Amino acid sequence: MLETTALQRKATLSPPLDTRYQVETPEGIDLPLRPAGLMVRALAFSIDLALRGLILGVLFIVLAMLGKLGMGLGSLLIFAVSWWYMVLFEVLNQGRSPGKQWMGLRVVQDDGTPIGWSASLLRNLLRFVDLLPFGYFLGAISCLQHPGFKRLGDIAAGTLVIYREQPLTRPQLPPAPPRRPALPLTLTEQRAILGFAERQAELSSARVSELAAILAPPLQVPAPQAVAELNGIARGLLGPT
Amino acid sequence: MKQSLFEHRHMAEWEQFSLLLQKLERNDNATGVDSFPGDYRRICQHLALARERGYSSFLIDSLQQQVLRGHQQLYRHRSRLGPQLLGFILADFPRLVRQQWRFVLAASLMFFGSLIGFAVLVYLFPDLVYNLLPAEQVSEMQGMYDPEAGHLGRSAQRAASEDWVMFGYYIMHNIGIAFQTFASGLLFGLGSVFFLLFNGLIIGAVAGHLTQIGYGQTFWSFVIGHGAFELTAIALSGAAGLQLGWALIAPGRQPRAEALRLMARKSVLLICGVMLFLLIAAFIEAYWSSMTTLAPLTKYLVGGSLWVLVALYLLFAGRDRHAPE
Repeated sequence: MLETTALQRKATLSPPLDTRYQVETPEGIDLPLRPAGLMVRALAFSIDLALRGLILGVLFIVLAMLGKLGMGLGSLLIFAVSWWYMVLFEVLNQGRSPGKQWMGLRVVQDDGTPIGWSASLLRNLLRFVDLLPFGYFLGAISCLQHPGFKRLGDIAAGTLVIYREQPLTRPQLPPAPPRRPALPLTLTEQRAILGFAERQAELSSARVSELAAILAPPLQVPAPQAVAELNGIARGLLGPT
Repeated sequence: MKQSLFEHRHMAEWEQFSLLLQKLERNDNATGVDSFPGDYRRICQHLALARERGYSSFLIDSLQQQVLRGHQQLYRHRSRLGPQLLGFILADFPRLVRQQWRFVLAASLMFFGSLIGFAVLVYLFPDLVYNLLPAEQVSEMQGMYDPEAGHLGRSAQRAASEDWVMFGYYIMHNIGIAFQTFASGLLFGLGSVFFLLFNGLIIGAVAGHLTQIGYGQTFWSFVIGHGAFELTAIALSGAAGLQLGWALIAPGRQPRAEALRLMARKSVLLICGVMLFLLIAAFIEAYWSSMTTLAPLTKYLVGGSLWVLVALYLLFAGRDRHAPE
């Protein structure tokens, strides 16, 4: 993840075109959150909807055997499942209803903190308006035009649906003897060279040499050796392992 | 400092922190949690250092994840539901209602105004009721409150289990209506206005019609008890909806989204109170209003005192400067 602030040498570069949402914590750290778009949220909702249907179906079969008492319990349950299913899961399960958990999403407040009772209740009550006039029409429109992909309920409650962080695996740096760069590097350049070395396994070897060849003249090496040179610099930056 | 040395020095610390995080995420209040805030700040410092020194993306991203998870745990909203609920019922809710008196007044005027107005109109001009309700529904209503039949409410000869059925039904139906009235306020308040007027007209039509054909005794003695809570709750949920709409119409000095967010926080509290009222109403409706053995006078007296109780509660509870702890 490259910062945009350190690009003084080429000021014409515009900030990266992505959907990251920066939250500054009281500790002075910028945390990037990644809001989830309409499609993945719709899928998560469908899963929740199906699950709710399943729960109600099973319960009704059981309750039908109980007669009158079952009917009373049944209407209480419809109420609980239709209005409280989302709220209970979101508050008690770290912002994840089963559908969201499945899709790797979670709900947080705008400032990145976990969602509480009132915000969750609010965003789920206002779902009624998002459903209008049919099939999540207003919600979808609001979601598509908002930079944080918020539906109306999210705007009012101040909540955000984000992707959950996935565990990272340590990338293997290609083996090369450590080298000192021929010219002093700025922070961004340093990050770029480290990034090049870390992501090399994901690229084809032709693309790797093509990318490295761009840097051959400033590094004062012939183009075929540029890859090894860059890997060596990355090793040098990383230090002995 | 080279990255590998930095990692080597702090690796043990990070691993320990991630174990602590796992513990906290499982709500496991085991030992070692006391050091969590300090550890969290140290990880934040490491992240800032790593960014400043241009370490590799892998290191920065994994530190960032740790910080994100730590942030979630440190700034978790821990609420003690019991004392909060008590404080809310005894003081905060009536205070909020008084603080938002403009919206409450507007919603009450719309709801009770249309209710009483249309009831009087239907009483004077009986045919009006058919403009609003289909004939089958009117005759169904008549059947329910027929004094000859000797039963009350929506079904014949209610046993104890029947009360239970109706309790469930009332909760689902009434809270559903309240939620709708509130949520549709997001459409610049128009939805709330519609539901307030619509429900007021329907209830007014039924009341006017039943009184006019001489079923007044059974109807009024049935509804007066729970009406105190139920009708007030509908008016209050309308007020909460109007608040949402007003934040969009007249946001003041904030941007509309921000005004909406701030107003919504207050209005959702109002809705919590409404739910409480409707629970009480459903209870009274299922177990008290449906009793047929009592004299109508008793019901009028109890019902009337419930109205007074609700009014006193909303007007005077929590006026004390020292909130009840």
